[in-house]
Order: sequence, then C-alpha cells, then structure tokens
Amino acid sequence: MNGHSILKYVFFDIIRNKWLVIYTAVLFALCSGIIYLSRDETKSIASILNIVLIIVPLVSIIFGSMHFYNSKEFIQMLLTQPVKRSAIFKAEYTGIAISLSFGFIIGAVTPLLFTGISKAIFLLLFAGIFLSLIFSAIAFYFSISIDEKVKGIGILLFLWLFFSVLFDGIILLFYLMFSDYPLEKFTIFFTLLNPVDISRIMIILNLDLSALLGYTGATFLKFFGSASGLIITIVSLCLWVIIPVFLANKKFKRKNF
Amino acid sequence: MIKRVFNISLFSLFCFIFSPPALYSGVIYVGGESNIISIRQALETASDGDIIIIKEGIYKEYNLIVSKKLQIIGENYPVIDGDGKDEIFTVRADGCVFKNLVIKNTGISFLKDIAGIKVENCKNVLIENNIFDNTFFAVYLSGTDSCKIISNNVIGSATSESFSGNGIHLWKCRNILIENNQVSGQRDGIYIEFSTYCKINKNFSYKNLRYGLHFMFSEGNSYVKNTFRQNGAGVAVMYTKNIEMINNSFEDNWGPNSYGLLLKDIDKSYISGNSFRRNTTGIYMEGSNGTTINGNSFFSNGWAIKILGNCYEDSVKNNNFLNNTFDVSTNSSQNSNLFDSNYWDKYYGYDLDKDSFGDVPYRPVSLFSTVAENSPDAMLLLRSFLVDLLDVTEKVFPVFIPETLVDNKPQMKMIYYDKN
Amino acid sequence: MIKISRLNKTYNKLKALDNVDLFFEKGEIVALLGPNGSGKTTLLKSILGLVLPESGDIFVNGKNIKRDFRYREMIGYMPQTASYPENLKVEEVLKIIKDIRNKKEYEDELMKELKIEEMYCKKINALSQGMKQRLSAALTFLFDSDIIILDEPTAGLDPASADYLKMKILKEKTKGKLIIVTTHIISEVEELADRFIFMHEGRVKIEDGIDKLKVQNNGFRKSISNLFKEYEWS
Repeated sequence: MNGHSILKYVFFDIIRNKWLVIYTAVLFALCSGIIYLSRDETKSIASILNIVLIIVPLVSIIFGSMHFYNSKEFIQMLLTQPVKRSAIFKAEYTGIAISLSFGFIIGAVTPLLFTGISKAIFLLLFAGIFLSLIFSAIAFYFSISIDEKVKGIGILLFLWLFFSVLFDGIILLFYLMFSDYPLEKFTIFFTLLNPVDISRIMIILNLDLSALLGYTGATFLKFFGSASGLIITIVSLCLWVIIPVFLANKKFKRKNF
Repeated sequence: MIKRVFNISLFSLFCFIFSPPALYSGVIYVGGESNIISIRQALETASDGDIIIIKEGIYKEYNLIVSKKLQIIGENYPVIDGDGKDEIFTVRADGCVFKNLVIKNTGISFLKDIAGIKVENCKNVLIENNIFDNTFFAVYLSGTDSCKIISNNVIGSATSESFSGNGIHLWKCRNILIENNQVSGQRDGIYIEFSTYCKINKNFSYKNLRYGLHFMFSEGNSYVKNTFRQNGAGVAVMYTKNIEMINNSFEDNWGPNSYGLLLKDIDKSYISGNSFRRNTTGIYMEGSNGTTINGNSFFSNGWAIKILGNCYEDSVKNNNFLNNTFDVSTNSSQNSNLFDSNYWDKYYGYDLDKDSFGDVPYRPVSLFSTVAENSPDAMLLLRSFLVDLLDVTEKVFPVFIPETLVDNKPQMKMIYYDKN
Repeated sequence: MIKISRLNKTYNKLKALDNVDLFFEKGEIVALLGPNGSGKTTLLKSILGLVLPESGDIFVNGKNIKRDFRYREMIGYMPQTASYPENLKVEEVLKIIKDIRNKKEYEDELMKELKIEEMYCKKINALSQGMKQRLSAALTFLFDSDIIILDEPTAGLDPASADYLKMKILKEKTKGKLIIVTTHIISEVEELADRFIFMHEGRVKIEDGIDKLKVQNNGFRKSISNLFKEYEWS
C-alpha cells in the first residue's frame, strides 16, 4: 500500500516537471522534422536512431541524477516515515523510468507512427525504452553512491561519453590494429557490453542497411537474427537494467542519509 | 465485279513473277486437325523456305535439329515440353524464324550447355515473342551473326548459380539485336562473351542470381534503356572496352555483395543518363580506365560509387548524388580521376558569385568509408556517433582522405536532365 | 522508551558516535546540545533509521529497530530544513504522508495556528522557507506520535509560529510523550527541557537535569556557555 502511494506522487511530481515536457517536445520536434524533410522511411528511421542513441541516454542520465539529488531531502523525510527503504527506492526509480519512457514514446515514436508501422519502428521503441531504463538506473546508482552533486553528474556524463563515443573508438582501434584477424565473434561479445551498441546494431540490421555491413553484417545478422541471438540480445539488455537497479537498490538500502 | 477479279489475277501474276521463292513455299501444319502430329515429323518433311505452323497443344519433344531455312510459328502459343531430357531446338541454318512458342523444361547438364533454342554458326535468325519456361539456357547463340532476339519472356527457376544457365547467351557473335525481352530467374539474365557490335535495348532483367547483364571480352557493344532490378548485381562489364551504357535503370540490386554496375578492367567506356537507385553499391570500379560517367543519378544507394586505386583517368561529371549513405569511397590515398560539376546533397557550401556552382570544393569521400574500405569489419560502427564526429573532423581538417579526390565545382542545385 | 546501547558510527575515519549509551523516558523533554559535528544529528538520524550504525543497538519500546521500519509510526520528526517535491501542491504532500501513515484526521487547531490551510493549493516551489518550516512542523505533530524529534525547530520560523510550537511541545509532554530537541538557543532549553545531553566528538559528555544547572551559582545560561567554551577549545 505504501509504495504505491509514493509512486503515484513521484510520478505526479515528475510529469509536472518542465524539463520532461521540454524533452518530449524537443524529441517530437526533431523527429517530426526529420520525417518531414527526408521522406524516405529507412533514412528517417536511421536519422532518428542517431538521435535516440545520443539523446535518450544523455537525458536519462541527467534527468535521473538531477531528480535524485533534488529530492534527496524529501527522500530523507520519507525515510523517517514507517516505510521500507526498498519501497521508496522502487517508487523513485519506477517513477523516473516510466516518465522517461513515456516522454520518449510520445516524443520519438508517435511521429514515426504516422509513417506506418514496421519492425524497425517497433525495435526503435524497444531500444529507446530500454535505454531509458538502463541509463536512469545507472544514474540512480551513481547519485546514491556519490553525495556531491557535481562529482556525481560529472562521472555520469563521462559514462555517457564512454558508452556513446569512446567505446566505439576502442572497437575502431581494435579493428585498425587487428584487421588481419577474424574479429566477428569477439565483436559480438564486446558489443553486448554496451547497451548503446546493442540497440544500434539491432536496429541497423533490421533497416536494410545491413547489406552495407558486408561479410561482418552477414555474420551479425545470422547471430542477431537467429532465435538464440535474439534471446541473448534481450537477456543482455534485461541484465543491463536488472544489474544497475539491483546494485542501486542495495546501495540505497545501506546509505546513510 | 469483273474488274475486281481481273485486278486480283493481275496482282497474282505480278507476285508470281517478282516475289522471292519463299512466297510460294509450302505451309505445314502440326497438331490440331493436321495429319502431322509432331514437330519432328514436320521438320523432316519440310523443305527449305517452308513455314511450319504449330497449333495449340502440348508437344513432348526435344533434340529438334533445324538444318533448313524454316519459319516455325506457333498458333495460340503451343507448348513444346522437353520433359527435362535435353535441348529442344538446335538451329544450324540461316534465316530461321521462331515465333509465338512456349518452350519448356529443357534438360540440365554440367557437360553441355543445353538451351531452349540454340543457334549455331549461322546468321539472320529471328527469335521473337516466345516464352521460355524453366529452360537451362533459354536462347543460346554461338558463332552467329546478325540475329534478332525480340520480345521474348524468359522465366527461369534457378536456385543456385552452379545449377543454372543464362537467359540469353551469346558466344562469339556479331551484330546481334536483343530488344524488349524480359528475363528472370536465370544465372545471368543476358550474357555476352567474345561478341561485338551487339545492341541490347529496352530489356527488363530481374531477379537473376548473378548478373542482370554480363559482358566478358566483348568490345564495342551498347545497351540502352534497359532496367535491371533485384539481381545479384545489375550489370557486370569485364575485360573489355568501348561499351556504351545509356539511359538504363539499375534498381534494388541490394545485398551484402551486390552492385548496380560492376566495372572490372574496362577501358574507354561511356556511362550516361542512367539511374542508380537503392543498390548496395551503385557503380563498383576496379581497373577501369578512361571511362566517362556523365549525367547519371545516384539515389539512395549504400555507396554511390566505389572506385578502387587502380582506376585511372576516369571522369565523373554532372551527376546527381542524393540520399546515398556514402557518395564515393576508395581504398587508396591517391587519385587520378576527375570529379567535376556534380550535385551532392551532402554539400553545404555557398555560392556567393551566383554562378550556380559552390565556391568551396566538396570532398565526397568520408573518413569512415575509407576506414571501412581497409578493414571491412569496422562497418559495424555505421551510424555510431563516433563515426559522425570523425567525419566532421576530417571534413574540417582533411588528413586521411585523398587530396585530389575533390569536386571543385559542385552544383548548388540538382541537375535536371532532358531524357528521351 | 528509547534505549541506546554502545552505538558506534564512523564517517571517513571520523568517529561520529563513540560508544554512546543513552536512555529516554516517556513524558520528558530532552535537549540535545553540543558544538557542530559533535554527533547530535547522527544520533537523531540513527534513531530515525536514516543512518545505519556499525555496531550497537537502539531499542524503541523494547524492540530493536534493526531491519525494522514499523516503529517509525511512533515518531514524528521535524528536520532542520525540509524539502518536498517541487511540483506537488501542499495538499498533495499532506496526502502522501497521510497515505503512508494510513491516518485520515487532521488536527484542526494545528492547521489553523500554523496557517497551513491558506497554502493548501500552492505548489511547493511557490512556498517561502518559513512556509515550508510551518508545513514541516505541522507534519511532525499531525499524527499524534508518541515520540517527537525536532532538529532546530524554531530556526526558520516567524515568532508567532515559534511561540505556538513551544506551547505545543509543552502540551504534548503532558500527554506523556517523549520529545527530543536539538537547539542552539539556550533560552529554549531553559524554557522547555527537563534534561539535557551534552555531546562532544561523538561522546556523551554530560547528561543531567536542567534544574541542577539552574541552581548552580552562575545561572543556567552561563553554565551552558561555559560548557561550550570548554569543549570548543579543548
């Protein structure tokens, strides 16, 4: 009973947050603009994919950590009430995760639905929601662990940069250094370590762009297209949500406020 | 009334005196109410210049050798079914005509090129308006001259390259016209080897396993206004020179190893007015020299043009590049080809002097395409934010991409061609 | 009512609580004194379950509070500075806490005196600091809890509300509640407290009745400030 009422108000609080509204509006404007300008479905999904892969993690990280830091005193207050700690954590995380996912769905997916429904749009929806869940969980973990707001957000921004840019840089370096070796299996494993890459490759393979990937693409398509590959993808994305949420909850339960 | 009869007999007399021998040749009917029930029988009884008219029906026959000058014409598309045994018609006489036939189910062989109609070492054969259904090779011309293959429909059922033959196959031929045919489901739609002065116009070649049209060692041919759709690769031109490729359409040749047009070791050819849409690679050039690519459109391809380092003195002018993932890619840091006056949709320059050409040169090769050319696995990073960042940086401070691969006069607006 | 035994807590090698043993009785007002960083807040937070001590036990009404949360039903807490979700209305904040506590009735007098009703429909981010403190004070007493913990309660309040609050504290005491207060205002201690606990560097230094100090020669105020000086410079 307690957890639900907290969740309800956390949710009320967040959806009235102007930044969430701005996030949704900006996404909506960008996506509608791209669709309007490019006219070609594959092309517009590909461009929206770029935005989703950059903006969704960034906003999730900033929004999640800001929310936590700003409501720290209220959380303290809630903690002095007869409620379980984990109930408060669940309420806060669920509230953020649901709000961000809704913002994403309304902002990015509704404009796409006007172009028709396809597998790629479905996957984009899937990826966007997962990225929202994953990066808000990571944001929670670090803002619970680190009391100084500036330091916490700094670390989170670095992580965002790591997953969106540096990680691919490492892969690229690997390719350049070891271009004579067959690296497909290794890369499949390696990309599973980065939720942004999992999402990107999953969508590209379903966007006909896969043909551009040549032999590597064929290997990947075989992996990600197969039933077991799909299961591994979904499992690894789920783990990417579950593990940070679990760790954050553990931190939360043991935190001194 | 009397006058009319007189006129007719006068006309007959006139014909009798001046017309060529063919006109008073005999007409032999096969099938229907005729006594002759097989084509083989008709071929045996016929003499030079006769017309064999095959009535509607199914004829289970194969290994029919045509060694006299005959016109073999179907009425309501009779079906000649080889039952998967062997070749159906083998033609060894000049001036034969094959019209309105359905030729079906040849044998399949690895030792012998079995065809629906094979023409060997003769000339002036016309093959028109036939349907080839499930033939190993449909039309096979070997050592022939001045033949016409017009308005045939070839429907193959090939599933693997090694178990299939070509639709229209030319071997050591001259002066052949291939026009208005539809070919699908073969290995190569149209295959041309050691042949010259052939014209291939207005054909539609689609869903063939390997190439829509394939030239090997064949100089001085031209193909115009054809459409190549959903083939392994649209057209392959190999080891040859002086080929004219004009106003064709290369569409949806899409797959890990697909091309719209594949050029390998060719010289001095002319590619103009073609449209390349949705191909993995629009034009792939390897060892191509002195070829002109002028006034073509490249829309929504993976790579519009891939030009390898062993291509020299080619020129790419007045083309439209729109919506391609990569415009040009190369594996070399050198370039001796000319890029000039093209329209590039990714060009963001300005035109202060209003001469309709951008004032800043455009470099159509992106860093990422160069990297991916050298280590293809890196393609996996397609659409990664990192890649976009690298490309932007490289555009501002070019280091890796070829210095001279640059369009100094990029068009500000898309070019509209007057196509006839 | 509350028994604390051998409580220890360290932050970054700094002893915040060092073997603290204490006992709080019902019906008394206890003032918790000490310089900044002496461990007062850590002690309060330990009782509230905000801080998890390394060792030692806290018993509330005879029950160990470790891994329990239901005991907090008995506690009303007013933090030094309160903060509530920015985008909620006062009404909604009251409703959350009521939902959590599972209680429905308001104390009308409390709401009137602290002028809560007039800000019902305002959003939290439209409230002044003083208003927030009033809301916080109201929430502390709202549920008739047996234990009231107040951290610098009068700091941000207007004089009228502060007076009301002091009156309320004394009134609640007569109902047999335990009230623990930290404050810097010595007159408040004199006015309200039955007993005081003086802490320094995580240890309980003095634990004594107010009356004892009052009868000392130099008076209550002087004695307390001497105490602060003594430990401040030690």
